[in-house]
Amino acid sequence: MTVLTMRGTYESLDSSRDQYYRDTRFPDIWASLEKAPLSLVGDLEAISGVATVTTRIALNANLDVPSTDAPALGRLFSVPENRSASLADIHVKTGRYVDPESPDEAVVSRNFAVANGFTPGDTLRAVINGRLHGLRIVGTGISPEHTYAIPPGAIIPDNERYGIIWIGRRALSSMYDMEGAFNEVLIQLAPGSKERAVMSDLDQVLRPYGGLGAYPRSRQPSHLMVQSELDQNRATGTIIPIVFLAVAAFLLNVVLSRMIATQRSEIAVLKAFGYSNAEVGWHYLQFAFVAVLIGTGAGIFLGIALGQSMVDLYGEFFDFPNLEYDASPVLMIIAVGVSLVAATIGALGSVRRASRLPPAEAMRAEPPASFKPGLVERWGFGSSLPPAGRMILRNVERTPVRSLLSIVGVAYAVAILVIGMFMFDGVDRMMELQFGETQREDLAVNFNRSLSPSVRYDLARLDGVTRVEPFRVVPVRLRSGQLTQDSGITGIPRESRLRRIIAASGRVQPLPPSGVVLSDLLAERLAVEAGDVLRVEVLEGPRHVRDVTVAGVVEDFLGLSVFMDLDALHRLVGTASVSGAFLSVDDHRRAGLNAALKTVPAVASVSSPDQSLASFEEQLDESLLISVFFILGFSSVIAIAVIYNGARVALSERGRELASLRVLGFSRREVAVLLLGEQAITTVAAIPLGWLLGYGLAAAVAAGVRTDAYRIPFVVSTNTFMLAALVTILAALLSGLIVRRRLDRMDLIEVLKTRE
Amino acid sequence: MGRNPWTRLTQTNVDPALESPGSNPVFRVQDVTKTYHMGQVSVHALRNINLELYTGELVVLLGASGSGKSTLLNILGGLDVPTTGRVFYGHEELSGASTRALTLYRRHHVGFVFQFYNLIPSLTARENVALVTEIAHAAMKPEEALELVGLSDRLDHFPAQLSGGEQQRVAIARAVAKNPQVLLCDEPTGALDLETGRMVLRVLERVNRQTGTCTAIITHNAAIAAMGDRVIQMSSGRIASVDRNAERTSVEAIHW
Ligand SMILES: Nc1ncnc2c1ncn2[C@@H]1O[C@H](COP(=O)(O)OP(=O)(O)OP(=O)(O)O)[C@@H](O)[C@H]1O
Ligand SMILES: [Mg+2]
Repeated sequence: MTVLTMRGTYESLDSSRDQYYRDTRFPDIWASLEKAPLSLVGDLEAISGVATVTTRIALNANLDVPSTDAPALGRLFSVPENRSASLADIHVKTGRYVDPESPDEAVVSRNFAVANGFTPGDTLRAVINGRLHGLRIVGTGISPEHTYAIPPGAIIPDNERYGIIWIGRRALSSMYDMEGAFNEVLIQLAPGSKERAVMSDLDQVLRPYGGLGAYPRSRQPSHLMVQSELDQNRATGTIIPIVFLAVAAFLLNVVLSRMIATQRSEIAVLKAFGYSNAEVGWHYLQFAFVAVLIGTGAGIFLGIALGQSMVDLYGEFFDFPNLEYDASPVLMIIAVGVSLVAATIGALGSVRRASRLPPAEAMRAEPPASFKPGLVERWGFGSSLPPAGRMILRNVERTPVRSLLSIVGVAYAVAILVIGMFMFDGVDRMMELQFGETQREDLAVNFNRSLSPSVRYDLARLDGVTRVEPFRVVPVRLRSGQLTQDSGITGIPRESRLRRIIAASGRVQPLPPSGVVLSDLLAERLAVEAGDVLRVEVLEGPRHVRDVTVAGVVEDFLGLSVFMDLDALHRLVGTASVSGAFLSVDDHRRAGLNAALKTVPAVASVSSPDQSLASFEEQLDESLLISVFFILGFSSVIAIAVIYNGARVALSERGRELASLRVLGFSRREVAVLLLGEQAITTVAAIPLGWLLGYGLAAAVAAGVRTDAYRIPFVVSTNTFMLAALVTILAALLSGLIVRRRLDRMDLIEVLKTRE
Repeated sequence: MGRNPWTRLTQTNVDPALESPGSNPVFRVQDVTKTYHMGQVSVHALRNINLELYTGELVVLLGASGSGKSTLLNILGGLDVPTTGRVFYGHEELSGASTRALTLYRRHHVGFVFQFYNLIPSLTARENVALVTEIAHAAMKPEEALELVGLSDRLDHFPAQLSGGEQQRVAIARAVAKNPQVLLCDEPTGALDLETGRMVLRVLERVNRQTGTCTAIITHNAAIAAMGDRVIQMSSGRIASVDRNAERTSVEAIHW
């Protein structure tokens, strides 16, 4: 069932994403440039390996959103007149598509509309090219390019203050003075063509038009986020079912061997009548098969139901249209097959033991269990224990393998909890470093074009600004031997206090006077270390190609960043300009400042780390809820199954003993303690083991989850450990409670009447 | 344990020192019936039983299989409740008492011996007895109780390492170790050979004499009846007769 739920979820998400990509004709390659005439399209189509070319106009604009006092950033895209033939189509959720003839209609991204309460019919005010335009919202839509809408320069989505807006091409080109031109190219590859080759040809063609370097689908930010989410889903979809199957095999083993133990005499009679070992063995294997078939039957049903609801939850999160849970028959066969094998292995051992018995021996009752003072007592701890405590200990020690397996089973439940929740610890740590240590500004201002460095004095004069630190982001292509990587160099003043480069360890990385500091993921990609030389192709201005020393490598966890001293960057590019500034702000005058910034035409966006963090946490909570729900569910099921099963087996093996105790005047509670003490020991022993196991697996997961966008720092908080223990203990208590109810209903007289 | 509703009885109503039976009823059974309903059929295990049992006396219960002996004993021991009628232990009513009260009653006042010994397999002889002496008050030492049944040299043996007779004697030691006011034995020799059975009965007789515990023994062996103060004959859920022996015959003197 878990197999179905987990793998099925992955497959469904994967296939519905593919479907979504197909429906919207998600491009294979993207390339931005400054401006090129539409006549260039012919040259682009002539590149070998290109199947479809779509051009469009993309730009940033300041949006006037009534709900926030800070300006919101809009990413505006032109949509083509001929919708069906072009790439990167959108999926309209509400309202309608824009009328290509209309001068002011717009479709806005659904998340942005929802976050700001926009509905079709509303008007959105946008500052484009310094002029204010009123856009009529006619619909809301989604697109796979923006499943995660991450503002430029940010690391996390911000639905409230970053919106995607689609406008008819004619309308947008006239607002942006782009008639007959384009600044973005989307390409769909012909089957069998080489992505790399096409990209380099494309860069060649676009170079004279200010090409900023093509990038493939695998680097598309939203795709990257979704992909890593799916990868993660696949990883858990593999680990968890394996644990589940192991636990199921163990349970089946215990139950069957118990059943066979109670049916020894029946086996003997069968064999006395002349049935062969194989026939007897087969008889009991059939039990196992029936159990598995009923189990998988129910499992498939439940698995599909659960998978459907999980997919629905994810679907809401990812915003895939037509999300449908479909478990492929192959998947079902795998699930049933794996379960069957697990059950057979589990059952075989006990069946073998039973059918090996000579009939005469099997007809006698099972020999009384031989007890001896166990290890713990021999160590000398026993003398202080009351007889009840010794009973518990000796029972645990009498079946060491079973006890051990139970402990391991419960430990896995703990481990799953640790793995599941450590992700949030990791993200927490990441956010803490990013927003507590790295981004120390109150506001980050992005300009819509490069401005002279002297703009900092203008900013400093604004009321409420206490400190200004300019920054510059320059698009570059980094080359080291055969390896290339497109990125952006971020230049900040060396003495910067508002932005610092922080390693994952929390250490501050000083910025050298010249040379670049790379994040280690990027250094790994380019196979360089500190001291090596990189060739840097600047993709703006005079487009110099220069050799730059790698002055340092920083082990951070956010993507592929490159840092450089601002002055050194100016020298590298050959011009001095800035792309934005970080501001420290007097808290009391913040509102006024926001309003003032809203009216500055050169300001494309203003973001504040506090607000980004808040909106991110809101989103995180949503996904957290989904994951926690499933992780809690799965691990509780494991813990309950193991503990409940253990207690049930103990109850059936020792029912007589427990009834005797009741006769002797032990209260129900005392008897329950005796029975469940064993389970309590199991649980208590399992928790530290599970912590260890979870810690190890979490380390493996942390090492495994490394994408271009981020990696998870490996930290496991005390809270996670405590919560894992707490959930396990609760699950144990719950199963104890269920068994206790059975215990209370036990018929004393009935038990005592029978022979032992 | 101060709130135990049964402790009071120990001091006031039942004095173990009282040797002469007849003066002080430990149990009063009034119009007790026990009916089992199984679908359409009802089985009348007990029909209108009236009976008194006294401090220090040894009562033997005889009767055909299915006549209701065990049912009666279980009701006296607080393991079962009558369908109608009332049962008093001293002044306290057992019929209608709560599960909790009955548990405490068994814990502090009743010793049981069954045909099957029901020892705890994971505990040694000494620990089996200690299990009970630790929760009862005014109990003997486990060693003392085992001495009483002649098992001083088997203290640290597990049940699996003891013979049936020895196991039954451990069970008796466990039953008497708490100094119970009543000792209820359901076919204590049922699973034992003659000689071992005789030894077990001797132990019961001695314990009854030494501690003055009101003792009831169910048996299928009519010869054993001679060892009791009174003999109760049951048949089809009724008491057919109650006979008083002029004098108890010691187990040694009985031949069967
Ligand atoms: N749980 C029960 N459900 C239905 N009938 C029962 C139950 N327990 C006992 N009986 C019936 O009650 C009657 C008396 O049973 P009881 O065990 O008291 O007999 P007994 O005199 O002890 O017999 P034996 O000497 O064989 O032990 C029997 O007919 C029996 O079938
Ligand atoms: Mg009986």
